[in-house]
Amino acid sequence: MKGAGVFLALALALTLQTTLAGVSVAGGAAVNLVLVAVVYVALAFGAVTGLLAGTVGGLVQDALAGGIVGIGGLSKTLVGFIVGVLGAHFIVSQPLPRFVMFVGATVVHELCFQSLYALAEARSLQMAFTEVLTQAAINGVIGIIAFQIVELGPGLLQRRRTSGATIGRRHY
Amino acid sequence: MLDIRQRTGYLFVALMLGHLILISAQVQSKSGVPVLETVTFGFFSRIQGAAAAVVGGVRGGWGNYVDLRGVRTENASLRQQVGDLEVRLQEQRALAARTARLQELLDLRGSTSLATLAAEVIAGNPIPGMLTVTINRGSADGVQPDMAVIAPRGIVGRVVGPVTSHAARVQLIIDRYAAVGAITERSRAGGMVLADPGGDPPLRMDLVGNNSDVRPGDVVVASGVDGIYPKGFVIGTVESSEKGRELHRDITVRPAVDFSSLEEVLVVLVPARGAMPAEPADAAGEAGE
Repeated sequence: MKGAGVFLALALALTLQTTLAGVSVAGGAAVNLVLVAVVYVALAFGAVTGLLAGTVGGLVQDALAGGIVGIGGLSKTLVGFIVGVLGAHFIVSQPLPRFVMFVGATVVHELCFQSLYALAEARSLQMAFTEVLTQAAINGVIGIIAFQIVELGPGLLQRRRTSGATIGRRHY
Repeated sequence: MLDIRQRTGYLFVALMLGHLILISAQVQSKSGVPVLETVTFGFFSRIQGAAAAVVGGVRGGWGNYVDLRGVRTENASLRQQVGDLEVRLQEQRALAARTARLQELLDLRGSTSLATLAAEVIAGNPIPGMLTVTINRGSADGVQPDMAVIAPRGIVGRVVGPVTSHAARVQLIIDRYAAVGAITERSRAGGMVLADPGGDPPLRMDLVGNNSDVRPGDVVVASGVDGIYPKGFVIGTVESSEKGRELHRDITVRPAVDFSSLEEVLVVLVPARGAMPAEPADAAGEAGE
């Protein structure tokens, strides 16, 4: 069940990411939905699942992107592991800590990702911190929304079904 | 059993290494070769270098060991050869020396009108104090007692009995019981050469009057008056000559023959004729002195 959920989350994130590729938000900083999914899985299921999800998601994303396969995988594996470990040691159940976690994970991911590319291409590291922070903020928001949807969604649906049935009985 | 945290850590490290390898396989170095290939080649080249060094060391050590064994064997063989060659060299030297001595004997035989017989010294004196040698010629070769025995440098001694068919004993002139009638070559002063046991030189010349002219360095030869030794053959050289307390001079004579290395001699095949008076010339010379 957990594996299917993780697989589903990654597939959904990759699908949305590829669908939304090239769509810039807030001045060119693209959102990284696969990273959001990895952080989410790591927070929800722990370090092992997080790093495995990071590996799979990153490698698939690298393969689809056409760059150096492994850099995204390594970065997301690292992020998944760190987030999973931190999530196990700290209480990250409120939106603010989760937001901070998403922001931090995005920064670490971008730092690692850009550094590895700079290393691979034998050039100096040139990071656009504004874009990174913007992407981190957007990823955080999306992540919080994802958590809210997953956590609150079933309850809302249940309440709507319950309230709908009552109204129906009233109408009928 | 591994803790869950340990397993997570191991999994993390494994995945990170896997990613690094994957990235390295795609990233090219400055030389255009993939980093993975470069790192792998560099890593395994070190291992190969170390392995080659170990193998080379072992091979070298083994080779040295084998070579050492070969060298040892070769060394032993060469030592054997050197030993054999030294023996052969000594044999050749001895042969050359013997040839030279025989040549001297031949020269002596050619220079004298006396009938001689070459003989080889085959044994030394059997009794301490008795200075005799044994030669390999005997009665079958015509050797008889009291025959003179000479060497290229001078008189050796005389044959003393018994004489067997193929061997004979020779009394050296340095034997305590030997005596040779002698004169000095320069002044013709006559006397008798006797052994001086324990003396140095081992011969002395007696019966030479104090008035005789005998000096150190004078050559002493056989006078022939004893009937054994042929006249004129060298006995030795006067080493010291002093006036004696009585009638005769005290004269020491250094023998001409080196008796310590006596190997080949000539036997004068002239039977002893007994003591005879000195020849007139000698007698006149002696009288004049």
